[in-house]
Order: sequence, then structure tokens, then C-alpha cells
Amino acid sequence: MTAAVAGRGARRGEANVSADAAGAANRPQIAASRVENRLELALSGDWTLEMADALDALRGTVPDLEAGSGVETVSVDLGPLGRLDTTGAWIIKRKVDELTASGARVSFANAPRDSLELLKSVAFCAPDTEVERARVPLAIEIAERTGQATLRFLAEVTQLTGFFGLIVKRLWLLARRPSRLRLTSIQFHIEATGLNAIPIVALLSFLVGIVIAYQGALQLRQFGADIYTIDLLGFSILRELGPLVTAIIVAGRSGSAFAAQIGTMKVNEEVDAMRTMGLDVIEYLVIPRIVALMITLPLLVFMANLVAILGGAFVSRVALDIDFGTFLLRLRDSVDTVQLFVGLVKTPVFAFVIAMVGCYEGLKVGGSAQSVGEKTTNAVVESIFLVIVIDAGFSILFAFLGI
Amino acid sequence: MARPIISIRGLRTQFGPQVIHDGLDLDVMEGEILGVVGGSGTGKSVLVREIIGLIEPAAGRISLFGRDSADMSESEWRAVQSRWGVLFQDGALFSALSVAENIQVPLKTFSDLSEDLLDDMARVKVHMVGLAPEAATKLPSELSGGMRKRAGLARALALDPDIVFLDEPTAGLDPIGANAFDDLILNLRAALGLTVVMVTHDLDSLARLCDRIAVLVDRRVIVDTLDNLMKIDHPWIQEYFHGPRARAAFSTAETV
Repeated sequence: MTAAVAGRGARRGEANVSADAAGAANRPQIAASRVENRLELALSGDWTLEMADALDALRGTVPDLEAGSGVETVSVDLGPLGRLDTTGAWIIKRKVDELTASGARVSFANAPRDSLELLKSVAFCAPDTEVERARVPLAIEIAERTGQATLRFLAEVTQLTGFFGLIVKRLWLLARRPSRLRLTSIQFHIEATGLNAIPIVALLSFLVGIVIAYQGALQLRQFGADIYTIDLLGFSILRELGPLVTAIIVAGRSGSAFAAQIGTMKVNEEVDAMRTMGLDVIEYLVIPRIVALMITLPLLVFMANLVAILGGAFVSRVALDIDFGTFLLRLRDSVDTVQLFVGLVKTPVFAFVIAMVGCYEGLKVGGSAQSVGEKTTNAVVESIFLVIVIDAGFSILFAFLGI
Repeated sequence: MARPIISIRGLRTQFGPQVIHDGLDLDVMEGEILGVVGGSGTGKSVLVREIIGLIEPAAGRISLFGRDSADMSESEWRAVQSRWGVLFQDGALFSALSVAENIQVPLKTFSDLSEDLLDDMARVKVHMVGLAPEAATKLPSELSGGMRKRAGLARALALDPDIVFLDEPTAGLDPIGANAFDDLILNLRAALGLTVVMVTHDLDSLARLCDRIAVLVDRRVIVDTLDNLMKIDHPWIQEYFHGPRARAAFSTAETV
């Protein structure tokens, strides 16, 4: 065994020479030599991060001490060592631990002071504190996640209902003392959510009108019923598409803005500051946004209806050769004003829900800037979801009422 | 403290019409801890950001490790980047990654360590900055402010840099935490032979840690040891180093 160790050390020595010849002058090396029951390891080269692969390769170099090998002390000579960093120190430390574990006493020789400091600073590391990740079977994990999602959903519904209650209570108080309504704030939000939204809502509604009219014309022409395109357009835009498309745009545009605004205030602790001054958060932040949106959304929808019908009239002129006058006459005869009001009556409800969800998610922001982003996304997804659910509810209601 | 590791000549910084530094000269010596102080708006953080290349100065030369940063090629610049670590004010840890993964980002970028060595090194660094081993698997959002700073420092130290830049390392820490952080920096300097450039308002840290202090006044910088600075007859310097807080901090530092 003694001979084997020495032999390996010698072979390593030869290998080192060839490595030097290859020009890698500062590659880390270990030269091992055996003097009776004492193993001497001389470390040279740079033991640094850049040499990591070479260091990794060195791991097998130092022979493990087997029982009965006779080695009692190991002396590690750091004299010829080039540079040393934490990675190198860690690898030395790991080797020393192995040698110590196999019963040898290890000492360092010729160590410069800074290398010793470095070795000391890594020496106290508890090496294996691996935190075990519990392995869960897939089926159980699926069940667990489904359960958690369901619980989260139910909690959300409860909280949102509670928030709705708070708003209604506050609205009731304000209805008795309307002078406390924050008109400046409402005016600001009317401009932000209404006036500034006109271009995008108008453009998209116009395009929706074009698409509906064109698709309708294509299908109805097969029966020679081109003229019914106008009926189709009037009913679908006024009853459903006008309010729905506008509500979805507004949810994406203003619902998200509400969540982000209030969320940012939450991160800056402005909301907490308001509370300490005795200002009611619902009254100051939520109600003005809800009232403003309940004013602007019906107006936006009305405008969207007009523009969408204009888009339809444009297609009728181009594709069906129906002139504008005929279009209007047919529209008046076939679509009554009830359809317009059926569409418009839903919009304050949509507005309420969009603003409420936006504010609710904004107030749920906690601490970090990251959560502002999360809650803003939630606000948009939830408000669009609720708008469509409520729209379906209205459809059923109107069907029962026979409107 | 032999040769300058960073040297700045004739630096000029300007944002629009506002001139922040003009004709600023500064040398950072190898192995020293240099404190950077100055009133708000005097461009302490800006100076550090210019050195590390996040902001381009309007004029002047910055040389790093003896090479002018303007003349460096892409690969030289990358090599320089691997030789420094930066601790931003709140740690600036990547929020989607755990502490260990944060530490491994520079290691993976600049070296080809094997997986198990990567894990080991993350643990070593976590230990070096005095965090509990369990902290390694946590996300930054699960850590306190002081722990985030330590984790940020661990990431800054990942590559065993020659220089670390610390931006207000003790701001927002309680006195015990701040003291512990000061100790940590002293220990790491002893163990790793670091050069430290720290922007700070913490007078206790200045007195305990810094070999020299760079004071930003009148768009330039005056660098000297604390004792010499206290003798300089400049209204801001006098007020800063002789105010009631300063006197309290420096007198305790002397008795310790």
C-alpha cells in the first residue's frame, strides 16, 4: 500500500510535467509523497474558481486512506501554492475532512496568513444541510392543488361579498350626506376612464360593426336575405356586443389602472397613512372610482353602439349596395328602442363590478412591487369573468321577462 | 495598500443642465476600505454607478485594475465584471430565485462549476455572510431586510471579487444588525483581502471600518483619513464631522 501511494504520487508528478509543457503553468496540482507513516501533500498552482474543472479533476488524486494503511499524519504544504479563493479553499477543506474522517491527523505547513484565514472562514461550514423536499405522489398533488384552488376561490367570493357590503354601506351613508362625495376625484376619474377611452373604444367598436355586418351578409346572402343583415347588426350590437365589448375594454383599461393605482399607494404605505388620519379608504379611494365608472361606461357604450352601427352601414354600402338612407329606415323599422335600453341597463352593473374588483385587488396588494403586477392581472381576469357571468344572467332574466 | 485599483481622473457628470461632478479625481487603493460620504444630491451613488459602468460619465477617465475602461474590449470588460461584486441598497436579489440560486447566477455566468460544487459554493457563501443554512432555499420575499442585505452580499462575493461596492450597507438595519454587518465586512476583508468601496451615512461604520473617507463637496472629492478630514476647514465637512451625531459616534469608536 505504501508503495502504491508513493507510486501514484510519482505518476502524478510526471503528469504535472506534461501539463506544464502544455503551457498551463498555473494549473492546480497536488504532489503526494510518503515518508514512513506520514503523508505529505504539496499543493501548487492556482486554486481558484477559473480552475474549477481542473480542481474537480484533482478530487481523485489524493488516495483515500484505508484502514491499516499506516498513515497517521498528513501534512499539507501550502508553500508552493499560487492563488487561493473560496472555491479552492472549499475543495481543500473537503479533502481534509475526508482524511480526518479516515483517522489521520492533518496539519498545514508553510501556509500564508491570508490563506489560513480563508481556510478558517470556510472550515466552519456545516457541509450537508440539504433541506429535504418532500416527494408527493402526483395524484395527491393534483388533489391537493385542486382543493387549495377551490378553497382560495371560496375565500375570494366571501371576501368580495364582504367588500361589496362595505361599499353599499358607505354609499348609503353618502346618499344621506351627498356633500361628502368627492367631486374632484370623481371628475378626474371620469376624464381618465371615459374621455381618454373614447378613441380606443370607438376604433374597436367600428371594427366589430364591420366584422358582424360582413359575416352576416355572407351567410344571409345564401338565402337571398341580405337585408336582414341590418336586423342582425342592430340586435346583436345594441343588446350584447356593444355593452360587452366596451365593458371588456374598460376592464382591461380602467379596472387594471384602478388596481395598479391603489396597489402602488398600498406599497408606498399611503393607504396606511390615510387610515391613521381617520380617512375612510372606501370613501376616498373606492367610491369615487365606482361612481365615475358608473357614469362613463353607459356613455361609452352608447357611443360604441353608434360607431358600431356606422361600421355596419359602411359594410352595407360597400358589400351589399344598400345606401345609408335605406339602412337607417330598415334599422328604424326592425329594431325598436327597447333593444337599446336592454343593452344600456346592464352597463351600470358592469361598471360597478369592474370598479369594485379593480379597487378590491388594489387593496389586496401587500408589500412588494411584484404583488402590484399580480393583483392587476387578477383584477382584469376576475372583472372580465364577472362581466360575462352577469351578462349571461341578464340574458336569462330578459328571456323570462320576454323582452 | 500599494497601488490604486481604481483611479478616476477629471470625471464630469451632468444630468441636463445640472452638473454633479466636475473635475473629480479619486484613487481607490488595493486592500483599503474607502467610505464615500456627501450630502444628498452630491452624487455618491452616481459615482459608484459610473465606476461600475451603469452610467456613462460626461467626461473623464476611469481606469480599473490599471486599464482605462473606455479602451476595454467587450471581453476585457466582462473579465473586469467578474472581479467586482456590487451590493445594492435593498440587496436587489432576483425575486423569482431562491438565495442559493441568486448566489449561483454569477457562478454560472463566469465559471463552469459542476452541479454539486455549485451547491457547495452557495452554501459556503451563505455561511460566510452569517446566514443560517436554511436561508439558502428561501425566496428573497421570505427574508427580513437585514437578511436580504446579507444574501445580497453573498451574491456580490460569489466570484471572490477583488472589490466590492456597497451602497448604504447598514441603512435600515437596527444598531445590532448594523454592527454585525460592519464586523462581517471587516472579517471578510481579512479573509478574502477585499477592497471595499462603501457609500454610507452611518457615522459609526465610517469610524470603525474605513481606512480613508472620500467626501463629495463642491462637485469634487476630498479623500483622507478621518483624523485629517476633521481638521479641514470646510463648512460642510466641519458640520458633518463635528456635528453632535458625529461626535457621539467617533468618541465611542475611539474608546472601543
